[in-house]
Amino acid sequence: MPSLNHFLLLSGVLFAIGTTGVFLRRNVITMLLSIEIMLNAVNLTFVAVGRTLGSVEGQIIAFFVMAVAAAEAAVGLAIVIQLFRQRETLNPDAFTSLKW
Amino acid sequence: MDVVLFYLFGAVTVGASLAVIGQRSPLRSVLWLIASFLGLSGLYVLLDSPFTAVTQIIVYAGAIMVLFLFVVMLVNRPREEALADHARNGLLAKGPRRSAAALAVAFLALVGWAIARTPERPIIAEAAVADHVSSVAQIGRELFTTHGFAFEVTSVLILVAMVGAVVLAKRVL
Repeated sequence: MPSLNHFLLLSGVLFAIGTTGVFLRRNVITMLLSIEIMLNAVNLTFVAVGRTLGSVEGQIIAFFVMAVAAAEAAVGLAIVIQLFRQRETLNPDAFTSLKW
Repeated sequence: MDVVLFYLFGAVTVGASLAVIGQRSPLRSVLWLIASFLGLSGLYVLLDSPFTAVTQIIVYAGAIMVLFLFVVMLVNRPREEALADHARNGLLAKGPRRSAAALAVAFLALVGWAIARTPERPIIAEAAVADHVSSVAQIGRELFTTHGFAFEVTSVLILVAMVGAVVLAKRVL
């Protein structure tokens, strides 16, 4: 059985990949996907730590994270559709009306 | 055996996640992310958490990713626009890409340093512990008693998100 540290390191790698994706890609949908990668990295941490402590609480938190991720995806994608209608693009550099 | 499986699923997850952020077509990104979720659910099975593994597949790969696919096909922008001039030269050129790469490396170094300092913590393979953790009945009992309030709040959150999505996606905002 791999130790907890293996799982934590894997989850750190996944989180770093997600962070990079948010900054690297210029497409709002791919940025949302990167956020999902980060949420999943955190989920893995919760489940691994819960398993190590011999408790189901980790899985319960992961369950709540999934519910929040579903809500976030629904609202986020609705915003993406609305932005696309306004500007005909998915490039976040085009949405600068709030910048000064 | 478990260690081999861990590295296998870990490689699938990390490789697929890299493929998600490594290319320009959002459609392929979504499909790669589903592959990444499959790897993750394998890891959950390794952690004696079959309930989370199945939820991962049904809710994430099944529901959320279909929502994403739906929007990707609705907006129909097969490729993201190429960057203008300066940031063309890959990760070492000045610009957001270099900052992103530096940030990721710094974060990984920090996490790696912290974990390297932590004493190795084995995961107890004892059958009683594994049974307790993998029991769906136990999860349900905890979820609806200890965490009952959080559960109800989550349902309100999802209701709000649903109303918000409907209002936002209306043609006239």
